[in-house]
Amino acid sequence: MAKDGFEVSLDGQGKPMWLVLELTYRCPLKCVWCNNPLDFDQYGKKELSTEEWKRVLREGRELGALQLGFSGGEPMLRDDIEELVAEAERLGYYTNLITSGVGLTPERLKALKQVGLKQIQLSLQSANRDLTDELVGARVHDLKVEVARMIKAEGFPMVLNVPIFRQNIDQVDEILALAEDIGVDYLELANIQYYNWALLNRDELLPTREQIELAEAAVNAARQRTGQKMTIYFVIPDYYETRPKACMNGWGTIHLTIAPDGAALPCQEVRVIEGLEFPTVREHSLDWLWNDSPLFKKFRGDEWMKEPCRTCDEKEKDFGGCRCQAFLLTGDATNTDPACAKSPHHHVIEMAISKTRQKHHEPRPLVRRQIGAVTTMFMAQK
Amino acid sequence: MSEHFHFQPEDRPRLDSKFLLRWEKSQDAYVLLYPEGVIKLNTTAAEILKRCTGEATAANIATELKTLFVYNADIENSIYKFLEITHGKGWIRS
Repeated sequence: MAKDGFEVSLDGQGKPMWLVLELTYRCPLKCVWCNNPLDFDQYGKKELSTEEWKRVLREGRELGALQLGFSGGEPMLRDDIEELVAEAERLGYYTNLITSGVGLTPERLKALKQVGLKQIQLSLQSANRDLTDELVGARVHDLKVEVARMIKAEGFPMVLNVPIFRQNIDQVDEILALAEDIGVDYLELANIQYYNWALLNRDELLPTREQIELAEAAVNAARQRTGQKMTIYFVIPDYYETRPKACMNGWGTIHLTIAPDGAALPCQEVRVIEGLEFPTVREHSLDWLWNDSPLFKKFRGDEWMKEPCRTCDEKEKDFGGCRCQAFLLTGDATNTDPACAKSPHHHVIEMAISKTRQKHHEPRPLVRRQIGAVTTMFMAQK
Repeated sequence: MSEHFHFQPEDRPRLDSKFLLRWEKSQDAYVLLYPEGVIKLNTTAAEILKRCTGEATAANIATELKTLFVYNADIENSIYKFLEITHGKGWIRS
């Protein structure tokens, strides 16, 4: 956006500016909206070693990566995170830690500050202890709030990320008040996206349109109040938009994710698409994976598009939406994302929304992310 | 958004502590890095922000920039406008 004449828009110029390392899928929490794979427990033995991650960091920087996210699972379960942050800082990344807060002790927080970690994104699920603990399947609410205050006391900029769904959306006011009290710099009230565990539980999690409108009004009121002290982002679910999200800013344009086993992915969810191969940094250079691998070339540009995307005058804006969502909801990753009202499959989105309006909604249990909760054996071979 | 802050010549703007300004070889430009964001700066913007250290006054910055960009007669106004806009975005503090 160069509208004031001082910023030059950053399109990456073909470079993977955003590198996300999913260091592990292990996690002490059991969140029912988790976007990790359903078979997350299959990756434990394949996790990259410290030296392998360091090589990824070096090669990523050579490719022009600038922003670096340490994510998971819970990245604090890796005992080499301090060493990796130090290496990343030496290489010149802007380092972000994305954590549930579990395992972030005062000692480790100090050590991370010392090696130069730039900012921490902490997740919190509500302003209410019992609700948080129920939603994540562990007694962690008080700990999370304590960790949030510790992060600020250590002087880190902090993003508080609150995933939003039907069960907590009516408490946006309380969450805003808590975030203000903690003194967070950025509050992200992000409606969850429906992949993996969240898709499994979608009918119970998707809020109603009225809930979203009320929450948005509360956010707007809070923005007047907080001004510059706290930046508030409110992301509504793409199910309620009439156009799809510009997913990853386009396939293979600026985002590169490395999964725990070293697979280089255009986005974290891409393994849901059947028929693709996922080569890893163990066999290939990051340069080849990003620039030349069939996976990254698959949906780069717009050659792959079908109608209505192919001739749509908005295709430069949203790139046809999300390939994973197109596959999950229509069975074909080259289809228009059904979140788009122009999609011939848009009715699948409308059906999901209409379920939220049913008067006599029979509540169903939520499936927690844990080993053995589901079997993926009878799903198509990936 | 809160009301616009108008910088006076004696004000000493400084980059907000959440922001990191540095040269990025791969972009052949100065970039501003912050939690979950990157902004590539053009030369004028970079030259102004480099001087937002809390020590130089807005007047000092304007004087220096005038020597760098002699072809731009109205640069003083642009600088104050820039400070105002970036203050509004939270990049700099007064």
